[in-house]
Amino acid sequence: MSPVPALVTLRIDGVEVSVEPGTVIIRAAERAGIAIPRFCDHPLLAPVGACRQCLVDVASPGPDGALRAFPKPQAACTMPVSAGMEVHTAATSEAAASAERSVMELILATHPLDCPICDKAGECPLQNQAMSSGRDISRYTGSKRTYAKPIGLTAGILLDRERCVLCQRCTRFASEIAGDPFIALQGRGGSQQVGRFDPEVLGFAGHGEAAPGAPAAARAGLADPADAVTAELVPIGDTANLAPAAGPATTELPPVPEDSPTPGEAPGTALAADGTPFASYFAGNIVQLCPVGALTSTAYRFRSRPFDLVSTPSVAEHDSSCSAVRVDVRGGRVRRRLAGNDPAVNREWLSDKDRFAFAWQSLPERLTTPLIREGGILRQASWPEAIAAAAKGLAEADGVGVVPGGRLTIEDALAYSVVARTVLGTVDIDFRARPHSAEEARFLGQAVAGTGLGVTFDDLVSATRIVFVGFEPEEEGGIVYLRCREAVKAGATIVAIAPYASPGVRRLGGTLIQVVPGGEAAALDALADDAGAMAGTVILLGERLALSPGAFTSALAAERAGARVAWIPRRVGERGAVDAGCLPGPLRPALAAAIAEHGGAVGSAAADLEVPSATNPDGATDPDGVTNPDGTMGPGRPSGADGPVEPGSCAGRDTTAIFAAAMAGEIGGLLIAGVELGDLPNPAQARAGVERAFTVSLEVLPSAVTELADVVLPVAPPAEKPGTYVTWEGRMRPFPQVLVTTAMSDATVLAALAAKLGVPVDLSLTAAHAVLAEAAGAAETPIPAASPPDDPAPLEVTLPEDSVPSTQDPAAPENTIPPAEGSTPASYVPPSPVAGEALLATWHLALDAGRLGSGEPHLAATAKAPFAVLSRATAFEIDVRDGEPLQVSTAAGAIVVPVRIADIPDRVVWLPTNSPSCQVRATLGASAGIVHIEAAPTDQPEVHT
Amino acid sequence: MSDESLNWERKPKGFIAKGVAPWAGFVVTLKTLFSKPVTEQYPFEKIEPYPRYHGRHQLNRYPDGLERCVGCELCAWACPADAISVHAEDNTPDEQYSPGERYGADYQINYLRCIFCGLCIEACPTRALTMTTDYELAGPDRAGMIYEKDQLLAPLADGMLAGPHPMAPGASDTDYYAGKVTGPAVEQIEWVRAHRPADPSVAGAARRAQEGVKR
Repeated sequence: MSPVPALVTLRIDGVEVSVEPGTVIIRAAERAGIAIPRFCDHPLLAPVGACRQCLVDVASPGPDGALRAFPKPQAACTMPVSAGMEVHTAATSEAAASAERSVMELILATHPLDCPICDKAGECPLQNQAMSSGRDISRYTGSKRTYAKPIGLTAGILLDRERCVLCQRCTRFASEIAGDPFIALQGRGGSQQVGRFDPEVLGFAGHGEAAPGAPAAARAGLADPADAVTAELVPIGDTANLAPAAGPATTELPPVPEDSPTPGEAPGTALAADGTPFASYFAGNIVQLCPVGALTSTAYRFRSRPFDLVSTPSVAEHDSSCSAVRVDVRGGRVRRRLAGNDPAVNREWLSDKDRFAFAWQSLPERLTTPLIREGGILRQASWPEAIAAAAKGLAEADGVGVVPGGRLTIEDALAYSVVARTVLGTVDIDFRARPHSAEEARFLGQAVAGTGLGVTFDDLVSATRIVFVGFEPEEEGGIVYLRCREAVKAGATIVAIAPYASPGVRRLGGTLIQVVPGGEAAALDALADDAGAMAGTVILLGERLALSPGAFTSALAAERAGARVAWIPRRVGERGAVDAGCLPGPLRPALAAAIAEHGGAVGSAAADLEVPSATNPDGATDPDGVTNPDGTMGPGRPSGADGPVEPGSCAGRDTTAIFAAAMAGEIGGLLIAGVELGDLPNPAQARAGVERAFTVSLEVLPSAVTELADVVLPVAPPAEKPGTYVTWEGRMRPFPQVLVTTAMSDATVLAALAAKLGVPVDLSLTAAHAVLAEAAGAAETPIPAASPPDDPAPLEVTLPEDSVPSTQDPAAPENTIPPAEGSTPASYVPPSPVAGEALLATWHLALDAGRLGSGEPHLAATAKAPFAVLSRATAFEIDVRDGEPLQVSTAAGAIVVPVRIADIPDRVVWLPTNSPSCQVRATLGASAGIVHIEAAPTDQPEVHT
Repeated sequence: MSDESLNWERKPKGFIAKGVAPWAGFVVTLKTLFSKPVTEQYPFEKIEPYPRYHGRHQLNRYPDGLERCVGCELCAWACPADAISVHAEDNTPDEQYSPGERYGADYQINYLRCIFCGLCIEACPTRALTMTTDYELAGPDRAGMIYEKDQLLAPLADGMLAGPHPMAPGASDTDYYAGKVTGPAVEQIEWVRAHRPADPSVAGAARRAQEGVKR
């Protein structure tokens, strides 16, 4: 650690302040409590000195020690402090005050002063500073510049150019923070403006029609057609400021294919499939950054005034980063969300999905009353009637499976966990409404459940190398992507183990280790062989690794070699569900003990959860019980409950097994929450299971499950209940109730259900917090080793980096995860497709057909159009060219999407998992493995299922 | 208090003044006995207040019938009694209610709260909101005292074209405010005729437009 640098002391308006060397004057003034007006300055963006509003009078000592004043006022946001400096702001210097007034007058001379129709009015820095440092009356009598307005930067963001003060916050955000510079300053002098490389402004020749789906078309009636964003736009490459990628045993990034449909594309830039520059997933931040009303969001435009809004700090529900947000409510409806300021998590940034996709919580079709099925038809029912029907059905059912989904707060997840085990008497509970594996469950139990805060966002930034395995930070990680960019700027290298270099990885300057789907484990092993490079390496594991045999085992091996490992699920509630024990099988002892203690008032239920002695009857007899899915020895199964847990099944059924058992009639009841059948690994099987079993669905919005369920109980969306999400780091993110409603949380409904079933349990927030605190406290002490070889793994994650290799138990080098289904990483051979076949690689795009994006058309319009990726050789093999439609099919169905040629292994096809018209699991019924590919008949450009 | 000059006392009355004083008050009574009564027979005879009387609000229109209100909520912001609620919406090419991008889609004034101070009128940047001299604001229920936009919007004057319809060709919202639009244009009338053939305001607007051409 470097020594703390000596502080520099200066005086600002006579106030002495000491700051670190290199601090700019405006920051030092903030430290001294002196306000200097500013527009372009932002603490998280590089200084630029564009707006000149922060001019101050500066004098600094010369070589002879005598104070020498600068001849003219200087910009406080760009000038670093020096020792002995004397700064006078407008408060104490007439020169500075005059400069401030003059700059404000010049800014307002070209500003339209259309505050009555401007969204920013009331919360506008320009308004405020015009009041504090402007003139009362304008002396400018000329005509002001006008532009056709507004123009669409993206479908969600509109630009009124005449309001812009050219502070460049938005363009700097795009290039420095998001790294997808889709806007830039264009033109010069008086006609300088922010734009999307508009050919009209730049004077390009030969540009004609607007691109299909060009964002300006969203407001075609208002925007001048001349301003429509045209197809051939030339973004600026942004790899220059990123550290060069260098990694062992890797291939360098492939150049852009020469026959790319975008001739103007510079290397390293990302373009959407339709050839338009990629609309950033973080574009919404520029609306919040804009110090005037030049940038506004389509969804919020004209909707409200600041004085109408009631703001509540909350947590976003769209990814496991759990970004801090501010929710603004008017008239009982959420009107917008802004980024909260949380330096440890999302800084002041927010992904567009977190920012804009909140409409799903208040869609008109939302479930509001309980429904029960009567004579094959769902009818409305009262709560007591519905609870009674659900309780009766579940009590009569021959075994119940619980699928709580991955979107719950940890309190709700704990409620499902407790109800499943104590009330329903089952260990068939699995939150994973997506492809999953037994290996994954073991990994989660050992290395994730109850481990508390592991790798953090700040650890990412300070890492020397970040390895993505089965993980796409830009698409699946939300704010993780921005923090990885921060890491890259700080000198980290990025390595992606994936079939092909996604645009996000390329923009991070990442290095690709190309693998076929399923080959991640071998690549990770190869990476971990270089043990010297593992210190300072952070390995990020994504949810699709569940489809990659041996990958989790290899990740833990890499961890033993010195790397730090973090599992980053896509959905917000998955980490919390792991911690709350929503995995098949018994609870981990710490949690079971905590539940038993704090649920002690509930009588018989507590007895079911008592930590067993070392002679756990089930664990002793069942080899599966040696290593519980939770990774430790625990109670084999709840003994006293009357639910039939079959002998030998104490490990519990996972999601697939639950639905298979339901379909086969082995399980008579299902308790399902927040699950879309199309997300499940086998939607057809799940549908059959739901149809056959008595299904109770706790849902916010109508879904395929609620249509088939026997009892539907409406529950509150996140805005209407308090709760706690858990980030992938393990950080608790409590949030308050934003809207006042009568909607009930899952836990409240489950408590009523449990009471009706005759086993009252305390599922209140207070009880849940007590349980979780107790379990977390217990986890800090070593868990007694019932099965010695399995002991150390859960503790590894929390060990400091430098102590990891030496403190491992040398007797247990290969202890962590028993190979799943007899396959080991070494023995795993991916299936080899023949011509006309390909291995399916797929992951979710951030903006896709997911249910939580519904109701927000402007956001949906910025989503990438679905496309398939094939290698050149494979495309040649099946005679399909770049841009032509490709048909990907299985026995279950076929998808037709345009193909893009990229550097992907031969006979591997990549598809977005759940985009509109490309719903891989629902249509193909497959998440991996071999699919058929062929050139689609050109007269069938659309999807056929 | 200690200042002597502040200690002022009325001079004691003289002999005559003391004698007349008890009867002086009857002068007014006597005069009124022989003058015309001022009693207002209000429900039967309505009194027209002065033109600047602070009565019920009105949302005005431009001469071509478009609304002046842009839904900026400045009136609601200015209101000391929190009596005004405004929700703005986007004008679209198919539904253009006011010049420019936005219009007041929902406009409510709660007359149980309104104190008729007129600050909203001062705040209005487009002179959309003015006060009429209508003072008959009473009702049997509370909900009825919340006036909605349809009750506040000025009726179409003769020759105005009912909205929504497009802005006058070539005119900007600034032109409207500057008074450069003096009546419905032929294009606007044609648009309404094409989209709402049964609109009763078309005939009057067409007549007005023709007169405008003659002039």
